[in-house]
Amino acid sequence: MSITSTAERAPLGQRMKRFMSDYPLVPLLILLAILILVLQMLSPGIVNQRWIANTVKFAIPLALLAGCQTMTMLTGGIDLSVGTAATMAAFIVATQAVDNPAPVAMMIALIPAVLIGFANGIGVGVFRVHPLIMTLGTSLIGVGCLQVYQRTVIASGAKVPDFLIWLGTGVTGGFPNALLLFIPVAALLLFIQKRTGFGRLLYAIGDNERATRLAGVKYWQVILALYMFSSVLAGIMGLLYMGLIRAPSLSLAEPLVLPSVAAAVIGGTSIFGGRGSYTGTIVGALILTVLTTLLTILQMPEGARRILFGAIILLVTAAYLRIIEDR
Amino acid sequence: MTGQPLLEATGVAKRYGAVAALKNASLTVLPGEVHALMGANGAGKSTLVKILTGAISSNAGRILVRGQERDIRSPAKARLAGLVPVYQEPSLIPDLDVLSNLRLTQTPVEPFREWIRELGVPDLDLRDMARDVPLAIQRVLDLARALAVEPDVMLLDEMTAALPANLAERVLDVVKRQSQTGRSVIFISHRFVEIAALCDRATVLRDGETVGVVDIEPGIEERIVELMLGAKVEKKRVARKQTEGEAEGSGKTRVAVRNLKVGTKLHDVSFDLKDGEVAGVVALEGQGQDELFAALAGSIAPDGGTIEVDGKQVSFHHPVDAVEMGIAYVPGDRTEALAMQQSVRENIALPFSAAFRNWGPIRMAREGATVQNAIERLQIDTRAQREVQRLSGGNQQKVTIARWIAADARTLLCFDPTRGIDVGTKQEIYKLLRQLAEQGKSVLFYTSELEEVQLVCDRAIVIFGGKVVDILPVEIADEAALTRAAYGLARESHDEVGVLAGPHAAPEARP
Repeated sequence: MSITSTAERAPLGQRMKRFMSDYPLVPLLILLAILILVLQMLSPGIVNQRWIANTVKFAIPLALLAGCQTMTMLTGGIDLSVGTAATMAAFIVATQAVDNPAPVAMMIALIPAVLIGFANGIGVGVFRVHPLIMTLGTSLIGVGCLQVYQRTVIASGAKVPDFLIWLGTGVTGGFPNALLLFIPVAALLLFIQKRTGFGRLLYAIGDNERATRLAGVKYWQVILALYMFSSVLAGIMGLLYMGLIRAPSLSLAEPLVLPSVAAAVIGGTSIFGGRGSYTGTIVGALILTVLTTLLTILQMPEGARRILFGAIILLVTAAYLRIIEDR
Repeated sequence: MTGQPLLEATGVAKRYGAVAALKNASLTVLPGEVHALMGANGAGKSTLVKILTGAISSNAGRILVRGQERDIRSPAKARLAGLVPVYQEPSLIPDLDVLSNLRLTQTPVEPFREWIRELGVPDLDLRDMARDVPLAIQRVLDLARALAVEPDVMLLDEMTAALPANLAERVLDVVKRQSQTGRSVIFISHRFVEIAALCDRATVLRDGETVGVVDIEPGIEERIVELMLGAKVEKKRVARKQTEGEAEGSGKTRVAVRNLKVGTKLHDVSFDLKDGEVAGVVALEGQGQDELFAALAGSIAPDGGTIEVDGKQVSFHHPVDAVEMGIAYVPGDRTEALAMQQSVRENIALPFSAAFRNWGPIRMAREGATVQNAIERLQIDTRAQREVQRLSGGNQQKVTIARWIAADARTLLCFDPTRGIDVGTKQEIYKLLRQLAEQGKSVLFYTSELEEVQLVCDRAIVIFGGKVVDILPVEIADEAALTRAAYGLARESHDEVGVLAGPHAAPEARP
């Protein structure tokens, strides 16, 4: 094989395609810009600094959950228990904060997330249960436990720690405070993916598990660490989300689970493993959030809105994969 | 062999991103001929075959079947047009039994049965899961499956590469007869002997372009090599390894295997592997060599016997146990060892991150230098390095070895590392293995190509029926001797009786 300078000969369409397959982030950013443009046209003046801060504020929890999916999907897995891990953390922090100082409540709130992650990791890594089944199973168990827990604290009421409200809803100088949490987390995720041995192993396992075994990798170690990491991240997202929503419920973060998968897939992470990056996922989460706003503005009935939401996600994913895959 | 060509391809091109796998390939196949498709690694042979059989689509070019332009943009359509491939990698679905695999491709069962009998695999149960069938037999089944649909043009990609000699012979015989019925075969191989015996003409590719079409006649090899290599014609004989300095057995024993037993395949194997030697392992297909290598690599646990490393008995529970003792396994099947979507660098550096203590931040500069060093040592072509799957087969194989050079493994277990790669790359691998031995490393080298033993090894361990039947010093380990030993025949007693005794003894024994 050899490199040929085809730039002058190849037709424009092909050149664009190659450019996009080399820089998969570009088509995503273009799509995001188009969505914002459409929004501005439908409702002139809506796009202002306040709207941007608000959009970012709601995109962050989604992006955090989608971070869990990105990491697990790199190994060819998925984590559907993130909704439960987040909800449990949120519910428990709100009820525990009544009697305990906020830091203690937050610590207690993260315990179920650790346990769920541990169970997922052992199930997937040691007993080789398919991640889809495993995480759905632990998710159900978690929800059940939460219902039991709810009865024991029903009399004590709930109180969201002020710090979480400040973090979840506060805006300082036009920037949402949630960025204080999100930027370090995003940087950490990207660093893990690009610059650590652990990150390398995630990609390699998703690509060819047998090869990693021959190279001396112990699968269960990586998977256990991965699912625990994912669950704890989901728990932290739950704390943040509690501060944003401020009303504890037993299904707080559940509606975000499927969008979190969609955000990762739209962002170019392969569900079969071995491919993807958190940068794409962040843009994917922004796209979904803007899309939700757009559909809300259209003042359609709820049913039609959901149909459109689902259809657009499928369309975008299919189109995007066609653009970046070079076959 | 006159008249309209069965298949005529002109100006075929295929590009992956900025890399052109094929630039301007053409190929004309006449009815009733066996046509060799030749070229060095990465010349574009496999790409052309894949285009002709609908597995990938070309960016440019015209393909005529019996003078008509046919749509061959999917494997199913190519089959309809009479073009049927047998690829380099087995294509049976592992989790289906053989019969279901046949149904999947709508292959008639009776002709298939006849063909596998013809090809020398009489005792196959069609209810066997494809994954339980040995690799070599799977390839024969692939061939039988193609033959059973009576294709106009059959494309064989490195058909004999993984086959033991006895099966390869049957395959060549069948291919030859296929051409006598007016059908054609496109035959890709690196073995000149086969091509000389089998083919009528050859098309030579270089850098994605057809550079010549020649008739196969005695002495044509030189011309073909010239075409394949282009300007740089230098016929390199293998650097004969010299053991003068070190007398046999001077190295310390690195790995000692005693009475090793694995499952039903490996019964009783004992040998020593010393520092500074390349020990060849020779066996017919399925004599337990796979199990031997897997046990030494820590992939499977032996049922009996012992393995000692540097004088200490070890028991491996996971490949990592072997890796930590400096024993690395290079599988013959590249897809087993490589993360295909990752870059060359990530693949070579993979063992560095394996242990828990190395999960942290990577020292990019140091890793880069180590990897670069290994790349240069093996002369890996890194122009398509962003994804290993875009490399040619030979370069992929080099990556699997480079990984362990970079990790500085003391012992390499190479299982048929030169399978299906071109002559030039083979030479490089031989040279590398010799260099490693000179540095005091040890190599256990299984090969299905017997002539390699005298090129690379210090001695040959012959396994038959799960047992070591002979250990031949390299001086007498020519193809004939190895073949006899591999079939379990006792070594001729030339050495003991003396040079003159041999010919005299023979006539006396006859009556």
